[in-house]
Amino acid sequence: MTEASETRTHGINMDALERPVGPSDLANEEIALEVSNLDLHYGSSQALYGVNMVIPKNRVTAFIGPSGCGKSTLLRCFNRMNDLVDGCQIKGEIKLHEEDIYHKRVNVANLRRRIGMVFQKPNPFPKSVYENVAYGLRIQGVNDKRKLDEAVEKALRGAALWDEMKDRLNDNALGMSGGQQQRLVIARAIAIEPEVMLLDEPASALDPISTLKIEELIYELKQNYTIIIVTHNMQQAARVSDYTAFMYMGKLIEHADTNTLFTNPSEKQTEDYITGRYG
Amino acid sequence: MKVQDWFKSGSPWIWLNAAAVSASLIMVFGLLALIMVRGLGFFWPADVQQMDYTDKQGQEIRLMGEVWGEEEAAFQTLIDNGYKLTGDAEFITRYTLKTGNRDVYGADFRLIIEPGIKNKSTPDDALVVVRREWGNFYGFLTSIKENGTELKLDQDALWSEFEQRKERALDLHDEIVEIQKSDIGEVNHGLESLRLLKKRYELDDDLTPENLAELDAKRKALDARYEVIQKRLNELNQDITRDSFIARTADGQEREIQFETVVKVYQPNQMSLPSKLGTYFANIWEFVSDEPREANTEGGVFPAIFGTVMMVILMAVLVTPLGVIAAVYLREYAKQGALTRTIRIAVNNLAGVPSIVYGVFGLGFFVYFLGGNIDRLFFSEGLPAPTFGTPGIMWSSLTLAILTLPVVIVATEEGLSRIPKSIREGSLALGATKFETLWRTIIPMSSPAIMTGLILAVARAAGEVAPLMLVGVVKLAPSLPLDGNAPFVHLDRKFMHLGFHIYDVGFQSPNVEAARPLVYATSLLLVLVIIALNIVAIQIRNRLREKYRALES
Repeated sequence: MTEASETRTHGINMDALERPVGPSDLANEEIALEVSNLDLHYGSSQALYGVNMVIPKNRVTAFIGPSGCGKSTLLRCFNRMNDLVDGCQIKGEIKLHEEDIYHKRVNVANLRRRIGMVFQKPNPFPKSVYENVAYGLRIQGVNDKRKLDEAVEKALRGAALWDEMKDRLNDNALGMSGGQQQRLVIARAIAIEPEVMLLDEPASALDPISTLKIEELIYELKQNYTIIIVTHNMQQAARVSDYTAFMYMGKLIEHADTNTLFTNPSEKQTEDYITGRYG
Repeated sequence: MKVQDWFKSGSPWIWLNAAAVSASLIMVFGLLALIMVRGLGFFWPADVQQMDYTDKQGQEIRLMGEVWGEEEAAFQTLIDNGYKLTGDAEFITRYTLKTGNRDVYGADFRLIIEPGIKNKSTPDDALVVVRREWGNFYGFLTSIKENGTELKLDQDALWSEFEQRKERALDLHDEIVEIQKSDIGEVNHGLESLRLLKKRYELDDDLTPENLAELDAKRKALDARYEVIQKRLNELNQDITRDSFIARTADGQEREIQFETVVKVYQPNQMSLPSKLGTYFANIWEFVSDEPREANTEGGVFPAIFGTVMMVILMAVLVTPLGVIAAVYLREYAKQGALTRTIRIAVNNLAGVPSIVYGVFGLGFFVYFLGGNIDRLFFSEGLPAPTFGTPGIMWSSLTLAILTLPVVIVATEEGLSRIPKSIREGSLALGATKFETLWRTIIPMSSPAIMTGLILAVARAAGEVAPLMLVGVVKLAPSLPLDGNAPFVHLDRKFMHLGFHIYDVGFQSPNVEAARPLVYATSLLLVLVIIALNIVAIQIRNRLREKYRALES
């Protein structure tokens, strides 16, 4: 009994982390995204301080940290969503496969096709299920019915929604449950086959069953996509991610494979956070 | 309970609110009830009263007509006006009697006072003849004439013969009107086009002998067609004047009335309730579907309904894209700063500019400047007679579009600002540009708000009269802005409008007393038209709302 309780930290069953996560050394991974010296200001206040990190390809990277630590801000830098915020200034570099995504010749719309995003609250368009999934393709000018049908089916299967939704493709997406909506939004994102998927607390508005489904989905998607997930829920980070980055007050404190970070953090702040001293 | 507690409980405010709402409702329904009662009563075929009346001078005359109104007149005032009255009553009932027969008496109405009336009756065979000129005739049928010779008929045959000949004249009249309107209208339109074409050739120095020959050939063909039509028309005109009838007024004067001038005839005193109801609805239908007669004081208002609806629809078609584009720019693209704020305030204030000012602007800018230039550039063959350089339905619609633009802009901006940020981000994150996001998602989702703006715009535009008087409305338009002659929609034409019709009939009419019920009826119709237009718009909005039901919370 005592042994079992010792392996629990902050309510996380550390035994669960013993599953194989592939090569666990960050240095051996193929790199998808590389962040160097990233500073970000909202007007006069600074939100990110000199962030340096690499995101490995076809792995799940989780960002954890207390509210307001800048993890969502950092995530939104990857697909340049922060461009929409007035007074947001960014210094430093983010490279997607060796290309600077903040270069002034980069087509932002194209970039966002390569780096998809799923938001905290499900945000389907007030259209049919089919049209929601086909939206990104229609934007790209795909109007061939057969191609669209195929892509929609593939995306819905990819998001584990096909069996539930195949007879209701023409229903309004707003009539679906929250969990279904969130999987629909994921289907919508994978329909345009991005290289990277950004998930901004994708399960925080969902019930436990739906959360479980989303987590299973993330595990599936890892085969084909580089995934970055922001989460408040440390169990979730421990369950779904291969690597975890801990952020605090706009700084990246520690970035390591999930196992190491949760069982043997090298930084005092990380340890304090995962053992529940603050946050 | 103490008064203070009662105040604290909030119920006085609830009562106050309820009182305010009730007052508003009473005013609205009171207004509607008044115009409905006054307007709809007009169509009822009232009984015709016959009476012996002693007038101011003490002469006794026999009168017949419909009682149109009654009021209490002060005894003293009547004495001062020269009535010889005895007794000590304070008030005397005074009736307005519609005696008709303007060609006999010179006036349609007569004021009579109760004490002078004797021997009131409602004779069964009293006849009301609605005529195309001189107003109604009230009297009794005596005999029928064919080609000037009286027919020998007994009393029963007289009426059936009368009915028969009346129907025949009405059919002939319909045929004549049809020929005049469509056939002759077509020929005239063709001739006018040829004239303009010839002028065009002259202006372009292209009047070759071949062209001239072609024009001449076409003109000859049209002239020949006109000959045929004219011949037929002459025959019909000959036919229609064949019959007439002699009628006697209540005081015994005889009049010969041509059947061709008769619109309809009825004998209200012997009509049963169902047949009165039938006549009532037929009268309403005639009012809605016919053209006006006798300087708008009689007949229907169809051209005015048509003009109002068409003008409003054109206005809606013009104002929607303009307002939506302006609002999208202001809300989505323009940098939100002092300048945008100023523009927004200016737009809001535009809604408060008196409408006649828009009329003046429309006349100066649209009609004279734009229209004048369009004429010089594209319709120079018609000059000096203007085509677009004169008030017309297009300029009216444009002027009202400008007038209602602020409403649409404000409503659309409201709608755009209500779309949740998450929807925009969702679309952008899928690789859509800002324009694609707007076009595919944001604007469709704001369409209920746009429709709300349009509903307000339609309500305002349909009721507006003052600016239209400067830019296109006339009291009598010879033809509708939509007809069978190419190009079918004639945006340069002047048109009639219900609002202006009310003003014209009520205040510019030679026969104000006769026209007053028409004013109420037309007002009612205008209100109904606006309600109908609004209901259509509201239905569309509700459908859109259902479709783009906004995200929860």
